[in-house]
Amino acid sequence: MAGAAPYNDERAREIIAAHLGLEGPALPILHALQAEFGCVPESAVKEMASALNISRAEMHGVVTFYHDFHSAPHGRHALKICRAESCQSMGAEKLANEFLARHKLEWGQTTPDGSLTVDPVYCLGLCAHSPSALYDGEPIGMVDAETLDELVQEAKGK
Amino acid sequence: MTKIYIPLDMAAVAMGADRLAAAVAKEAAARGQQVEIVRNGSRGMLWLEPLIEVETPAGRVGYGPAKVKDVASLFDAGFLAGGAHPLNIGVVDEHPWMKKQNRVTFVRCGVIDPVSVADYEAHGGFVGLKKAFEVGSSAIVEEVTKSGLRGRGGAGFPTGIKWKTVADCAPGQKYVVVNADEGDSGTFADRMIMEGDPLSLIEGMIICGYAIGGSKGYVYLRSEYPICATVFQAAIDAARAAGWLGQNIKGSGFDFDVELRVGAGAYVCGEETSLLESLEGKRGIVRAKPPLPAHVGLFGKPTVVNNVLSMATIPMIMEKGAQHYADLGVGRSRGTMPLQIAGNVKYGGLFETDFGVPLGEIVNDIAGGTRTGRPVKAVQVGGPLGAYLPQSLFDLPFDYEAFAAKDSLIGHGGLVLFDDTVDMAWMARFGMEFCAIESCGKCTPCRIGSTRGVETIDKIRKGQDVEKNIELLKDLCHTMKFGSLCALGGFAPYPVESALRHFPEDFRKPALEAAE
Ligand SMILES: Cc1cc2nc3c(=O)[nH]c(=O)nc-3n(C[C@H](O)[C@H](O)[C@H](O)COP(=O)(O)O)c2cc1C
Ligand code: SF4
Ligand code: FES
Ligand code: FES
Repeated sequence: MAGAAPYNDERAREIIAAHLGLEGPALPILHALQAEFGCVPESAVKEMASALNISRAEMHGVVTFYHDFHSAPHGRHALKICRAESCQSMGAEKLANEFLARHKLEWGQTTPDGSLTVDPVYCLGLCAHSPSALYDGEPIGMVDAETLDELVQEAKGK
Repeated sequence: MTKIYIPLDMAAVAMGADRLAAAVAKEAAARGQQVEIVRNGSRGMLWLEPLIEVETPAGRVGYGPAKVKDVASLFDAGFLAGGAHPLNIGVVDEHPWMKKQNRVTFVRCGVIDPVSVADYEAHGGFVGLKKAFEVGSSAIVEEVTKSGLRGRGGAGFPTGIKWKTVADCAPGQKYVVVNADEGDSGTFADRMIMEGDPLSLIEGMIICGYAIGGSKGYVYLRSEYPICATVFQAAIDAARAAGWLGQNIKGSGFDFDVELRVGAGAYVCGEETSLLESLEGKRGIVRAKPPLPAHVGLFGKPTVVNNVLSMATIPMIMEKGAQHYADLGVGRSRGTMPLQIAGNVKYGGLFETDFGVPLGEIVNDIAGGTRTGRPVKAVQVGGPLGAYLPQSLFDLPFDYEAFAAKDSLIGHGGLVLFDDTVDMAWMARFGMEFCAIESCGKCTPCRIGSTRGVETIDKIRKGQDVEKNIELLKDLCHTMKFGSLCALGGFAPYPVESALRHFPEDFRKPALEAAE
């Protein structure tokens, strides 16, 4: 996402250490690492495993279980389009499929210029304003094709 | 100085509330008008968001749905004094949609400044906790039991019995865990309470901790709710600063603190044991029960896991007394349910009412039918694991047992409307696909069965051996229902079976088309 720092082991160790006082610190650490570096690379997983005193395989298993964490950087901006039932009742499936086709993308892919990654999401709690989307954490209700296309342009500019 | 309310609720923000608040502040400054803008929760009339409310001697007057382009005309119309304007909906409390409700859990939501302890206390906040401190642990548990409150997370387990189990465990480390994973499509009540009246959840947690003898509470919130996380953290900080969290709370001798934890996009982590695994920092794999979390919960310690709504209702029960709550509702469904009305709907939003309202009344009268104006074909109640109900079942009263008797569930209280353009075979396919995406992988019927389900429905939709494949699909549903460890695999068949039962024609379309 926007403003991610390049990965370095020392900074990763600092982030991990700052959370070691928590009970069950793995998820807070993973969120913090991803916020800093835009992803959780394999070297960070290694650092975590040694700090938490568990095997690398086990740590890897945790990271890969959750949809939110990814091992390589995504686009500079993130667009999540809801495809759960309520949004489908207002045509979300068609909206999303046509959007992806227009921009020659598949779910989970990033635009060739690296500006935008598009992911599905299963409910944003905006179901009275379906269909909905989330752009870099900003919620959008009653989203339409025009708004989605504008977001692609906006992402390009930044 | 005129007080104006513009919601910070995620749904209001999704419709432009942040831009609106900035525009109102700017216009007021340009016109030299003194205004104080409070960012409140939503009142729940979501089709009117963003709803601006202006404090006037006659009450709080609403204007909505308001856009940035309306701001100048609102000032021109003298909205700061409640002036006439096409968006004026009158005094909000007098609005028919509000007056028809019985707000117990949501009584303060949208009314107060969510992160102001003073505002909360001015509206009855912490009265329940003070009472709880006076009566003591066993009387609290008895009160919660007598109220008839059942878990609002979906399973409907009596809250008092759960608390008693944990309270009866030997003294030592015990935990209060709040399930704010709210993954069901069509639901947003947890989010609305945590954004609109977060201190009620915190108060409920303190009462629970006091009752069971636990000093630490966790709230596990889904990561799809970023605004909720910010507001709730601010509420925790405000409560701590005011001495309602921390050591020796208000001289009671009781220590309690709350920590917010954010999930990472796994639906199954809403299942309580998967949630506990996740809080411990592990993969969110469901645990076999027994042992119950009440006995062996977070980090192996006795733990109460409750949904946000269950916990946020506790302060009202302590304040008004168990009987007051138990007097509402029908049969074994006592109290009120915050309905969440969503999907293809004209008046979508949060509507809190006593149990027992017929489904048809909710769909037609309260929700006003579909947004597209077409006839309602189906309503999915209770999230992605809930059944699709047809018009012929619209006399069904909203209560746990009545729904269960019709192979359906009320779950977390979400209703998603679909008009007559919906293809129920496609929705059944989606139900299976969702289960396949979100399965924790522990049991074969759920992990493999859901993928087989998708393939089988694909064949049916292509008109391939339709009747044979429908039988296969029914078999598969049976296997998943009885061979799955948790309700993800166990209930995923509900939407599929209900679609098959109530909308059989949607599964036979290619055959029909071929016969024409
Ligand atoms: C797949 C699955 C997802 C669930 N998701 C949630 C959820 O998001 N929120 C919730 O409160 N309960 C959820 N539950 C129910 C919980 O397991 C549990 O029953 C509930 O948190 C207990 O609280 P309550 O008694 O107050 O309802 C889910 C259950 C399953 C099987
Ligand atoms: S039913 Fe599915 S989600 Fe539940 S424990 Fe089994 S595999 Fe996991
Ligand atoms: S289903 Fe899309 S926001 Fe809830
Ligand atoms: S434990 Fe892995 S599928 Fe049974």
